[in-house]
Amino acid sequence: MTAFLHQIFSGLAMGGVYAILALALVMIYQATHLVNFAQGEMAMFSTYIAWDLIDRGMPYPAAFLLAVTLSFFGGMAIERIVIRPFAQAPVLTIVIVFIGLLLIFNSVAGWRYSYTIKTFDSPFPSGRWFGNSFMSSHESGAILVTFVVLALVYAFFRFTPLGLAMRAAAQNPASSRLVGIKVGWMLAIGWGLAAAIGAVAGMMAAPIVYLDPNMMLGILLYAFAGAILGGIDNPWGAVVGGFMVGVLENIAGAYLVGPEIKLSVALVIIVGALVIRPSGLFGRPLVTRV
Amino acid sequence: MTIADDTPAVLSAKPAEGEARLWGRLALGLFYAAALALPFLASGYHLFQYSQVLIYAIALVGLNLLTGYNGQISLGHGAFFALGGYTTAILVTRFGVPYWATLPFACVICFAAGFLFGLPALRLGGLYLALATFALAVATPQLLNFKGFDAWTGGSQGLLLSKPHAPFGLPLTPDQWLYFLCLACASLLFWAAANLVRGRIGRAIVAIRDHPIAAETMGINISFYKAMCFGVSALYAGVAGGLAAIVVGFVSPDSFGLFLSLSLLVGIVVGGLASIWGVLFGALFVEFVPNYADQLSDLFGESAKALPGAIYGVLLIALMYLMPSGVAGALKTAPRFLSRLFSRPKQV
Repeated sequence: MTAFLHQIFSGLAMGGVYAILALALVMIYQATHLVNFAQGEMAMFSTYIAWDLIDRGMPYPAAFLLAVTLSFFGGMAIERIVIRPFAQAPVLTIVIVFIGLLLIFNSVAGWRYSYTIKTFDSPFPSGRWFGNSFMSSHESGAILVTFVVLALVYAFFRFTPLGLAMRAAAQNPASSRLVGIKVGWMLAIGWGLAAAIGAVAGMMAAPIVYLDPNMMLGILLYAFAGAILGGIDNPWGAVVGGFMVGVLENIAGAYLVGPEIKLSVALVIIVGALVIRPSGLFGRPLVTRV
Repeated sequence: MTIADDTPAVLSAKPAEGEARLWGRLALGLFYAAALALPFLASGYHLFQYSQVLIYAIALVGLNLLTGYNGQISLGHGAFFALGGYTTAILVTRFGVPYWATLPFACVICFAAGFLFGLPALRLGGLYLALATFALAVATPQLLNFKGFDAWTGGSQGLLLSKPHAPFGLPLTPDQWLYFLCLACASLLFWAAANLVRGRIGRAIVAIRDHPIAAETMGINISFYKAMCFGVSALYAGVAGGLAAIVVGFVSPDSFGLFLSLSLLVGIVVGGLASIWGVLFGALFVEFVPNYADQLSDLFGESAKALPGAIYGVLLIALMYLMPSGVAGALKTAPRFLSRLFSRPKQV
């Protein structure tokens, strides 16, 4: 029973990481109806930047903030420079561009930081929290960070004028333009926020899965599964989906299929959810007019 | 994006097209002259590389039928490539089937697998299909590594096949024989694909890509054609995988990772989406770029490992930006472009 609870709790910790990354995916999906295949690799690259800064002697909090800020502007730059020219292009073109970005980030990270696996220290003190024996301190901290990120994102979109403008731009670009919202810039900021949130996910994941250029591939897959399971047009759904996938993955890995083919759990969830309920558990069904 | 003009020749046959057809025949003749002479000119290892080019070309034609012509995005064709490879390897090593007889099995199994994967794929629009196949590509090496199949697949050790000798006492080295085997398979499959695309079925699958609703009102059974297309495409990938297992003589889970699937995508983008002959360029590219990048490793040291990925990534984006119809499209428009470039401006 203890082992089972342990699996659930460490599943929740990884689920938090999936939830944050799924939230980043949803943010771009809501604005553009596209799923960013390069989100995981962007997050991986941000994590390397943080590692680099820490390696140069910067204290963790400063490195964390700087990496998140750099990711924000990096994400914006990618939208403005790489993605913008393809705004009207068919889905196939955009998917190919995303795959191109994925390959570039992966190989640039490998080039710059080599393919050897690195350790990434956890920012949290090593003692267990409140005598909690089911989770390591980093796992507790990762869950806490997940909730902080969620609260911040919620507050941003709910209580700030910029958040309101971004929601408007995503929901109805034409009318938003009429009331003076710069829709193009809102998209760019959306990409920046997604990249920044992804950076947090990467830095929370790195102490658990270790830092290497391919570390986010599996995590991205679980985040996809979480977003699809919860409904890719619903941020809350995606977050709940992320946590669910984390727990499911851990339990399936421990008791059903064995740890070495855990990724197929994500495959089954993605295909299963898309076939049985393409809008996810909490999403709205997509209705198109013929 | 403008996809290569693939209106069937029959529909747009004009007197001027006769000349184009002549050029086409000439190119085909030249290609075969070069392809048949190659085994007697190139050394063993180079010949092995050209066999791999032909193998990639087969897989790329299959993927192009699905993605280029029918508009279903697959990022997971490495999985069907792996299925074909393992089918051949398992039949040869565990059941003692002669290597040439395993290819039909690979065909049937991969067609069935593709058809079955294509059925749920019917419900997934472009982006979601890309997601599902991406997941398939990432999960494939793990699935091949699954302990439960170890007795058949050899787990992470993979399976070794011995290199076959030329039959009937032909005076060919094993490398030459395998090259001719690949060339024969590729010719057959290219011919079949060209015919498929040119005919009624080809028009149907292109119509489904361009306007599914209009296609349906024209009486095209969309689900049947889409699933069929997925099956045929997987069949091509499977034959390629089977041939790769024979030619390389080794299969292991690591050879069928995400990079293979993405290489196939790069191949059709470079060669030209919705083009049959263009994929030859894509295949050359996919085979030789990682190779040359490897040779640069003394220049860049360990980081040369990152070079193919970087080149692929930059090229994917640049091609989508500058040359979305790939080499095939560029070749098609080059004469017009050049003649415009070199012709004197008209006197006014």
